Amino acid sequence: MNIAELSAYGYFALTIFLVIVLYGYIYHLYTKKRDVEGHDYEEYSNMALNDDIGSTPVKPLLRDKEN
Amino acid sequence: MENRPLEYDYTVAKMFMLTTIALGIVGMLIGVILAFELAFPSINTILGSGLAEYTNFSRLRPLHTDAVIFGFTLSGIFATWYYVGQRVLKVSMAESGLLMFIGKLHFLLYIVGVVAVVVSLLAGVTTSKEYAEFEWPIDIAIVVVWVLFGISIFGLIGIRREKSLYISVWYYIATFLGIAMLYLFNNMEVPTILATSPVGETAIGNWWHSVSMYAGTNDALVQWWYGHNAVAFGFTVPIVAIIYYFLPKESGQAIYSYKLSLLSFWGLMFVYLWAGGHHLLYSTVPDWMQTMGSIFSVILILPSWGSAINMLLTMKGEWQQVAASPLIKFMILGSTFYMFSTLEGPIQAIKSVNAIAHFTDWIVGHVHDGVLGWVGFMIMAALYHMAPRVFKREIYSKSLMAAQFWIQTLGVVLYFTSMWIAGITQGMMWRAHDEFGNLAYSFIDTVTVLHPYYAIRGVGGLLYLTGFLLFAYNIYKTWVSDKEVDAERLNQSPMGA
Ligand code: HEM
Repeated sequence: MNIAELSAYGYFALTIFLVIVLYGYIYHLYTKKRDVEGHDYEEYSNMALNDDIGSTPVKPLLRDKEN
Repeated sequence: MENRPLEYDYTVAKMFMLTTIALGIVGMLIGVILAFELAFPSINTILGSGLAEYTNFSRLRPLHTDAVIFGFTLSGIFATWYYVGQRVLKVSMAESGLLMFIGKLHFLLYIVGVVAVVVSLLAGVTTSKEYAEFEWPIDIAIVVVWVLFGISIFGLIGIRREKSLYISVWYYIATFLGIAMLYLFNNMEVPTILATSPVGETAIGNWWHSVSMYAGTNDALVQWWYGHNAVAFGFTVPIVAIIYYFLPKESGQAIYSYKLSLLSFWGLMFVYLWAGGHHLLYSTVPDWMQTMGSIFSVILILPSWGSAINMLLTMKGEWQQVAASPLIKFMILGSTFYMFSTLEGPIQAIKSVNAIAHFTDWIVGHVHDGVLGWVGFMIMAALYHMAPRVFKREIYSKSLMAAQFWIQTLGVVLYFTSMWIAGITQGMMWRAHDEFGNLAYSFIDTVTVLHPYYAIRGVGGLLYLTGFLLFAYNIYKTWVSDKEVDAERLNQSPMGA
């Protein structure tokens, strides 16, 4: 098997793998209400609405001890 | 930290707003000139035969496409990134001197790139690859600009307060990664000065001139993998980023379904990259690849409509806002045009339809219902929403905005309907033949028949340009207005009569 053939098989395998991952993710979205960290997905829906610099983040990141 | 309350810093956003408008005017003006040149060929030499080199259609066409794509659209994407990015990550650019510096450098080098592109294309210096016409020194400059954009994105993400990346941020990241990959691979080129001719001459050609590293069918394949995905990652992905922020924000409505937005995002990412083959139907590329291009183009309807429907449903129960606000009108018509062109595209990608549509004006019509109705409308709407927050003034005139909306909508409709008729007429005439297989028409017959439609397209384009000038005027008057707004409006943008 030469390198071109090898990369073709590799590419095919990668594609199949990604397809499985995508369908897995779709299945996850379809069956679960919350993400792995326990947040309801729809909590993120209004992130554009609460976008003031002082408004509370959905998932705060403790960046520094401010003020 | 000092006592002054922390605020978002829109310095860089403002700079890119300016180039969005300036390059929009330039690009669309050239578009209108081109449209009238096609309808009335004498315009090609309007400044006399001495200057015909600079005024003819073929010299100006790449200037139009590149000015509206890499000038207007890209500036709009940058302007909105430097606005939306801070807001959904809840971090101000004022908090990082480095990011501020990178942002300004990004703008500065971008301007240098724009000047180089305009001068070189006008001078006729080109690689002759569509949307990739820039010669290698400019390509290198553009890569640097892009890297700076990347540093801005990931730098801001790095210092964010909100851990979760809002859906728009995902789309901006995809834009960055997608274009980076496409641009690099399609612009692999060899300066001709390094080449040796078949008879052994060396150092031929100019130092700045180059030829593609790929040849023949391979070159076509890479070119349209690039060309199509430039549409994906320049005209679709970042504009979806824009609508996912600005429509909910302006209307005060949470996204209808966040899950649907995630599903559509990954769907789009998986499907789009395979669809470029539809530009090469009936060409020398392998048959299976053409078929794959067609199939993936049809599948593409799903993730595209996923986002568009999500946006329309976001307005659920609030449809009176469409009537009340011209700004919402722009966005709703924008997402409707998005649905429209993402249905039209897949239809054109079906092999038997493509047999008629390919090389005709129907394609040009399709391009422009997307870019005028969707890209242009969304970028203008975003800038309208940003203006009162960035300049801290109320928008100068609501009625002017409404007038602009109707003028431009009429312009878009005239543009694409005339191109539909022209394109299908052209396609049918080209293939018509008598019982012995002789072609029924010569090329010039089609040109004669198409004349009125070309004139109508020119008028449509002129209306759109007129609307764009109204937009520029409205933003300018907002900027210099004395009607300050002290507190930022949460949703609906403040507008003067
Ligand atoms: C005032 C508005 C505009 C007018 C009158 C106009 C006119 C034109 C004309 C006459 C052509 C050449 C068509 C041909 O070769 O037969 C063209 C091509 C093109 N324009 Fe525009 N244009 C406008 C705005 C825009 C905008 C805003 C964009 C993108 C954001 C855009 C993107 C393109 C592209 C990508 C092509 C190449 C299409 C192809 O190769 O199939 N145009 N335009």
